Amino acid sequence: MGIVSPGFFGRRRQGDPALPPGQYLTESFPVLSAGPTPRIAPEEWEFTITTETGQVHRWSWDEFLALKQDDVTQDIHCVTSWSKLGTSWRGVSLDTLFESVESDCEFTMAHSYGGYTTNVPLDDLLGGKAWIAHEFDGEALEPAHGGPARLLVPHLYFWKSAKWVRGLELLRQDEPGFWESNGYHMYGDPWREERYW
Amino acid sequence: MTDYLDGNAAAGPLSEFFAIDVTTARGRCLHCGRTDALATAQLYPNSHGLLLRCPGCTEILLRLVDTGDTVCLDLHGLSFVELHRD
Ligand SMILES: [Zn+2]
Repeated sequence: MGIVSPGFFGRRRQGDPALPPGQYLTESFPVLSAGPTPRIAPEEWEFTITTETGQVHRWSWDEFLALKQDDVTQDIHCVTSWSKLGTSWRGVSLDTLFESVESDCEFTMAHSYGGYTTNVPLDDLLGGKAWIAHEFDGEALEPAHGGPARLLVPHLYFWKSAKWVRGLELLRQDEPGFWESNGYHMYGDPWREERYW
Repeated sequence: MTDYLDGNAAAGPLSEFFAIDVTTARGRCLHCGRTDALATAQLYPNSHGLLLRCPGCTEILLRLVDTGDTVCLDLHGLSFVELHRD
């Protein structure tokens, strides 16, 4: 942890059952910037799910907003050791998006505008555990935080919640994404401190 | 008789390379071919690791992740790195 110093982001509240091991609470919402922020206009935006047969399920911005919307409150945990409790999001459950998708695959790769990728098992996206979120705290999600829409998988470290998400690719075998190919854990469970290889 | 040497024979030249300030070396971007001192690249230090991006095309030249026990260096965005001796 030489690059981002643990403890920089806030106060420790040891013994808080909502706080995974090695995490610190923050009230702010730190932005970790790995590159230029993509600016995607709604009319250009689309979200796709691509199956192993090459079938592409596609939603435009308007089609996406017409789907059933969920309002969820979730704790989020960044691997750089900040946690933020009780964050409010609005978005579409992956269960809704996968309703019409037929696949035998167990793994997915999330792809983002700007080229970022991260791998998430399909089981971790279904069962009310993950969303494509487009509002934070009642406001449109800012580009710095991944707007127009980001993946939200709050039970895994937050690098799995890909900003500027544009699609999911179904995979027969697990493959490393952007950070997973250079030091970061393939799964990333904050309760097991699965930070690195 | 093989026509290659054991990899440990590369230790000398590599130690010379990594002993210097590598940001003064010139690197070529694998994506757009721009060749410039790494010191002119765009540094994103505040991510999940350290990233250097090409000032021409913004693709990634170099990634460094410090996990505490190990340091992972990814140079695959550089098609070569060139060092001039003074
Ligand atoms: Zn370039």
